[in-house]
Amino acid sequence: MTDRAPAPVREDARLLSVRNLKAHFFLDEGVVRAVDGVSFDVFPGQVVGIVGESGCGKSVTVKAILQIVEQPGRIVAGEILFRRRSWGAEGDAGGEAVVDLARLPPRGPEMRAIRGAEIALIPQEPMAAFSPVHTVGDQVIEAIRVHQHHWRPEGPPVSRGEARQMTVDLFRDVGISMPEQRVDAYSWQLSGGLRQRAMIAMALSCRPRLLIADEPTTAIDVTTQAQVLNLLRELQRKHRTAIIFITHDLGVIAQIAHYVVVMYLGRVMEQGPVDAIFHAPKHPYTRALLRSIPSVRSAPRARLPIISGSIPHPFNRPPGCPFHPRCQDALPDKCARRVPGLVAVGEQQAVSCFLHHDVEDRA
Amino acid sequence: MRSDAASAAAASLLEVRNLRKFFPIQKGFARRVVGHVRAVDDVSFVIREGETLGLVGESGCGKTTTARCILRAMVPSDGQILFRTREGRVVDLAPLSRKDLRPLRPQIQMIFQDPFGSLNPRMTVFDNIGEPLLVNGLRDRRARMARVEELVGLVGLRPEYMHRFPHAFSGGQRQRIGIARALATQPRLVVADEPVSALDVSVQAQVLNLLLELQGRLHLTYLFVAHDLSVVKHISDRVAVMYVGQLVETAAAGAIFTRPRHPYTAALMRAVPVPDPRLPSGDVALRGEVANPASPPPGCYFHPRCPFAVERCRAEPPALREVAPGHLVRCHLAEELTLPGIGADDGGELGAPAPGLSASTGPTGIRA
Repeated sequence: MTDRAPAPVREDARLLSVRNLKAHFFLDEGVVRAVDGVSFDVFPGQVVGIVGESGCGKSVTVKAILQIVEQPGRIVAGEILFRRRSWGAEGDAGGEAVVDLARLPPRGPEMRAIRGAEIALIPQEPMAAFSPVHTVGDQVIEAIRVHQHHWRPEGPPVSRGEARQMTVDLFRDVGISMPEQRVDAYSWQLSGGLRQRAMIAMALSCRPRLLIADEPTTAIDVTTQAQVLNLLRELQRKHRTAIIFITHDLGVIAQIAHYVVVMYLGRVMEQGPVDAIFHAPKHPYTRALLRSIPSVRSAPRARLPIISGSIPHPFNRPPGCPFHPRCQDALPDKCARRVPGLVAVGEQQAVSCFLHHDVEDRA
Repeated sequence: MRSDAASAAAASLLEVRNLRKFFPIQKGFARRVVGHVRAVDDVSFVIREGETLGLVGESGCGKTTTARCILRAMVPSDGQILFRTREGRVVDLAPLSRKDLRPLRPQIQMIFQDPFGSLNPRMTVFDNIGEPLLVNGLRDRRARMARVEELVGLVGLRPEYMHRFPHAFSGGQRQRIGIARALATQPRLVVADEPVSALDVSVQAQVLNLLLELQGRLHLTYLFVAHDLSVVKHISDRVAVMYVGQLVETAAAGAIFTRPRHPYTAALMRAVPVPDPRLPSGDVALRGEVANPASPPPGCYFHPRCPFAVERCRAEPPALREVAPGHLVRCHLAEELTLPGIGADDGGELGAPAPGLSASTGPTGIRA
């Protein structure tokens, strides 16, 4: 498998550009800076993997993109520039327009038209994402009819019968056998793999330009995971859908992403093309992380190199570089006091570490 | 199976023979039994003293049920669980009553998956770790304190933290507390059910290292239940693979990873995505879904998904048999198939050209 579509050309047509995004949670006990200055770009047809451990802010980042950060959290700074299709007043479906999602009211009509239709989400736990009292087919049909202008910008509204036929076709596309019967099934009647496929069908129902997959394979078994990853890869190739793929599994990232963003405690530690991240990692965190994972190819029963300590509690964020207390190469006077900025070190690779540059993040 | 059991009899700590655990499916007002979920269906294996047996399989394959039967947290439906006690007696745990089990319980302990749910949040670390000691008759608080302090040091935590509550600790530290509690009664067999799967990547390595280190120091025997093949390969001496309640293959870790003999084992290995973009892996090796353990298919349970299935597989259930010394397989075609493994173990017979590439070209097929 894994003949990934060739990495897309870097034409200057960013689909999504996240600039210095900050999303904080205002709790009684203090402020949790869940996302604290994150920047990255997504190009059409590209798979961007966001990798990080718990509390690194990867889920909050994509929730911010969709404007679904829960209370008491909110976006406090930054831009989320998204190139959306523009639907002119006369119904001409040709143009494109760049909007800043961070400025849109979360419940406003524009955000609602984008959410689900132009940017779709595949959640981690499909059991919790589907309603158990409606059939999976009805839920996909509803999505199609709500966002029907994507199917047919002009002309009459999509009828229920048409939407049902589209759903059956979608189910067939994502590899669900017996789609005519399965549209009438409830989510709890489906196995984990089928449920995740149905979720993918629903996410694709409005032909989004950007698909956000939040740990889509964490809850399913390894043989089913392989099937789901293959399906995503195929869809990405066929429709040139861009995908933001969130996971903590470095194996999955290595096999599916073109470009990787490594996060730790709400900040981007390093980002670059997948090959550079795995074969020429620059940040001490990326390097330590890669060394510490047992691999099916490594020698058995050998001591693993470890990262000492543990991820700090969100209220006890260390000053300076968030990784410095666990970093073996920390520069004593510098890393504990100043926050390194994310600076390009190669053609497409950028790293926030004083070992590689001397640029402080002042934002 | 028998020959394996016989040859290892001298050093075996635990021998499971034909273990079965069926759960009844009840229906209607009268709770009439309409069928059984065959969660564990004729499982036999041996764990030798001082080794680690890795038990792998996908969710619902019965690996946790097997572990719980061994701990006698469940009553098995059938079969024997022969345990060699510290005194050298061999006892069958399967039919024992709660009362008869009590003196044996300290010798078999468990490490749980979820470090957040497995510690009592209202008890301090000292009380959590000291509880099994208290239950087993160490009433003197000062003696208990000394022992807990020793255990806390053993798992790499600072003794000052002993009087704090679990919420003050991170996931990895809590798992260390859970390990200390399991070791409190000086067990001989430790059953670890997914002990690192709830932990962050950077912390997993610390806990795996700790488990290996403790095994060497305290001469522990582990039954390590997990779904993650890389973790299992890292910690196990021998590996047993389960599918729909049955053991399909068991062998030394090196042998099973370089040369799997069962098509399911090979498929499982091919499906693991390797953290290296230059080694394409994570293959879709299997079509379809895991069989329903309430109504398994006739013949070999794996045949509907098996790319090599022949007529015989559909009709005749294969037996678990020894195909090489210490290598047991439940497959009619084990001798005819050459299945690719994932190499680069210490044997190093698979060299530079990435073994993943040979794997992705597909199994070599049947030479019948």
